[in-house]
Amino acid sequence: MVEAVRTYVLLAGTWMRSAAQYPASMVMLLLTQAVSSSLDLVAILIMFAHTPRLGGFSLAEVMFLYSTSGLSFSLADITLGTVERLGEHIRKGTLDTVLLRPVSPLLQIATEDFNPRRLGKLIPTGTMFVVALTRLDVHWTPVRVAVLPLMVAGGLWIFWALWVLSAAWQFAVVDGKQAGNSITYGGGFLTQYPLSIYGRDVLRGLTWVLPLAFVNWEPALYVLDRPDPLGLPVFFRFASPLVAAALSVLAALAWRGGLRRYQSTGS
Amino acid sequence: MIEVDEVAKSFAVRRRAGLLRRSRTLVDAVDRISFTVAAGEFVGYLGPNGAGKSTTIKMLTGILTPSSGRIRVAGLDPARQRTALARRIGVVFGQRTTLWWDLPLRDSLTLVRHLYRVERSVHRARLAELTELLDLGSFLDTPVRQLSLGQRMRGDLAAALVHDPELLVLDEPTIGLDVISKATVRAFLTRLNEEQGTTILLTTHDLGDVERLCRRVMVIDHGQLTYDGSVQRLRETVDVDRLLIVDLAASAPPIEVDGARVVRTDGPRQWLAIPSDVNAAAVVAAVASRYEVEDISLREPGIEDVITRLYRTGVPTRS
Ligand SMILES: Nc1ncnc2c1ncn2[C@@H]1O[C@H](COP(=O)(O)OP(=O)(O)OP(=O)(O)O)[C@@H](O)[C@H]1O
Ligand SMILES: [Mg+2]
Repeated sequence: MVEAVRTYVLLAGTWMRSAAQYPASMVMLLLTQAVSSSLDLVAILIMFAHTPRLGGFSLAEVMFLYSTSGLSFSLADITLGTVERLGEHIRKGTLDTVLLRPVSPLLQIATEDFNPRRLGKLIPTGTMFVVALTRLDVHWTPVRVAVLPLMVAGGLWIFWALWVLSAAWQFAVVDGKQAGNSITYGGGFLTQYPLSIYGRDVLRGLTWVLPLAFVNWEPALYVLDRPDPLGLPVFFRFASPLVAAALSVLAALAWRGGLRRYQSTGS
Repeated sequence: MIEVDEVAKSFAVRRRAGLLRRSRTLVDAVDRISFTVAAGEFVGYLGPNGAGKSTTIKMLTGILTPSSGRIRVAGLDPARQRTALARRIGVVFGQRTTLWWDLPLRDSLTLVRHLYRVERSVHRARLAELTELLDLGSFLDTPVRQLSLGQRMRGDLAAALVHDPELLVLDEPTIGLDVISKATVRAFLTRLNEEQGTTILLTTHDLGDVERLCRRVMVIDHGQLTYDGSVQRLRETVDVDRLLIVDLAASAPPIEVDGARVVRTDGPRQWLAIPSDVNAAAVVAAVASRYEVEDISLREPGIEDVITRLYRTGVPTRS
């Protein structure tokens, strides 16, 4: 594990060094990323200009949900987002060379093209998180405070698993990038808003089928001291790590199975 | 070093059969082959296009999982222990680079050092040696994407050897190289094999590689091994006609002589093919006694003729 992190940092560092050859474009891209992500915040503000509550949640609460999901998603995207290129590597046969090195192909593809611009998304999301925290009307107990980093970490873990799953899917369907993205990016989008706005049936689906509710919704219900619309027991507020672990097992199996099925290319 | 036992690989290939229908067929790229390679050997792996060479190599290196059969490389099962194996072998695909496109060659090699966890001091010494032998000095600081094919290939060779592997597997390492680069690479490989004892398996379509480098060749065709043995014995076992070139004093109708036939004429010069079971001296004597000959020369078949014959007829001559 420590070894994996060390290798990750090493590889990412080398890519960053090569990106640093073009400092101007690096800064520009970082800023563009930051600005385009901030536009989402504007959208939320406009919405609240028309309605005081969204799905029963106040502006500060929605900002809280939005930014916790955003932090988990951006961190996952920064650290693992490029695994969606697996399909390209398969099609071009460049996965062969990746497989020849004594380092997990997941690490190698995840660090590929690692560029500080990827950090751009974190700036607006992080800011929104801080603003939301200062404006929330919550009685801060030690447990509530402790849940904050854990829920971001749990969400990050779930998104990691989803990313690997959707990449592994490309072993079976080489041009399955779009379908895979609909889970990762789609998941990132869905969890930005209170899940109650989608209705009870969708909420059930997001709990039992594609468990995105555990990214931030369930733990947030605890932090914000809200009842669960589905009436699930309190255990569910803290179940995110279990869900993440289960998804990871699934992802690992899918990834291994995919590698075994890998056929390379003819030349 | 390498043990391959009844190994097969078939690919599922989908072909379009009509507007929407697709038929799924199995292509037997490698069809139950067996061989072993001992430590220190230098083996050429030959075969026509599509014979199954690259597929075999991908199975040996753990990229592909065999459909059936058993493989051991350096005592490991490549498909299951791919990462462990990667630390002990070096692989170069001539068609494809393992270097990082945007990084200078030197950085690529440093990265490889990290990946394989080679000590810095060991790496420094090794890099100096590789730089000298492969003549990398002039382009160590050039980004890989700006290297010429020959330079890149030498860089790839260096990258495959940073961790001092026991086994080096090369898939067409001399493809597209000029004479000088080829000579550099060949001299380097010979030295590596003889002085460091590195086992080398290479595929090539350049028979110069085979003649100059390999003591042993394996020939694969349609997924099956058709020959495995020394280069010398290959020449002996494959029937290839020798060629007698006769310069007559003047143009004449095709020479008629027992045991040989004319395959080509050009003015006074005629080419006669002599099968391997016919005594060439007797043919030469017969021609000289019956015709007015200015000059006469006998050409032994080159490795090229041997291989051409082998690829065409696919004579199984397994020992
Ligand atoms: N990934 C793949 N999917 C489907 N068929 C494949 C694949 N790789 C190879 N084949 C088929 O398997 C057979 C053997 O291919 P292989 O690449 O091993 O040949 P080769 O001996 O390396 O040929 P060459 O000298 O042209 O490189 C060919 O018929 C090829 O079409
Ligand atoms: Mg090939």
